[in-house]
Amino acid sequence: MLISNIEIVPGKKIVKHLGMVQGNTVRAKHAGKDILAGLKNIVGGELKAYTELLTEAREEATQRMVQQAEAIGANAIINVRFSTSSVAAGAAELFVYGTAVVLE
Amino acid sequence: MYDLIIFLVLLTIGFTFGRIAEKRHFQSIIEREEELRDILTFSERLPPPGFSSARTELVSGNVVISIDYFKRIAAGLRGILGGRVTAYETLLERARREAILRMKEEARVFEATHIVNVKLETASITKGQHNQTGCVEVYAYGTALTPIKQEPEKS
Repeated sequence: MLISNIEIVPGKKIVKHLGMVQGNTVRAKHAGKDILAGLKNIVGGELKAYTELLTEAREEATQRMVQQAEAIGANAIINVRFSTSSVAAGAAELFVYGTAVVLE
Repeated sequence: MYDLIIFLVLLTIGFTFGRIAEKRHFQSIIEREEELRDILTFSERLPPPGFSSARTELVSGNVVISIDYFKRIAAGLRGILGGRVTAYETLLERARREAILRMKEEARVFEATHIVNVKLETASITKGQHNQTGCVEVYAYGTALTPIKQEPEKS
């Protein structure tokens, strides 16, 4: 599965557009991590636990999008966009969407 | 009384450690930016001409970074007076540059020479007391282009 955030695939022709596919995940923070983050809030700096948490969450959202694209027979997803929104206090939604296409 | 002491201790810790951490971070950002200078990033939507056949790969980098206690208080005071909030300016600058660097590091793995359609996304993660922003996440992503070298051998 080729994933790209530009509208074309260099050197390849798009045979068929299959419409939009999407994936999302809502993640809450871990209490233990929250305490550590609270300490880090005093001295400042990178919160590695959160960075990893969000990376994992994005991977999961992407995975869901890929599954959806595979189900409709696409072999590439183009024009992919990521978006983040906070749903409730302490939880964030990670959303990824793109256009599923068939490449020659 | 105890509250005041705790407050002052936190303020001092935040000031000293925050300042050291920021200085060190900027130092490392500058060094790594120099190292990764040869990977060119564009916010253009399409690849530059001459990339009619290239391998594409979605690359990304993210960072969650927190402000220190001293700066949070300083920013709070600035909120009363108005004007430039330098405390947050440096925080966001550090986060953006770091996220772009991580994206470039990922592109380096694919031996990419260009990254096009770079998008930056900023989100505030926690809201602290009085609804102040505690830490921000910056996510940078784009499409890495790797020129295909083995083309002549095939034909």
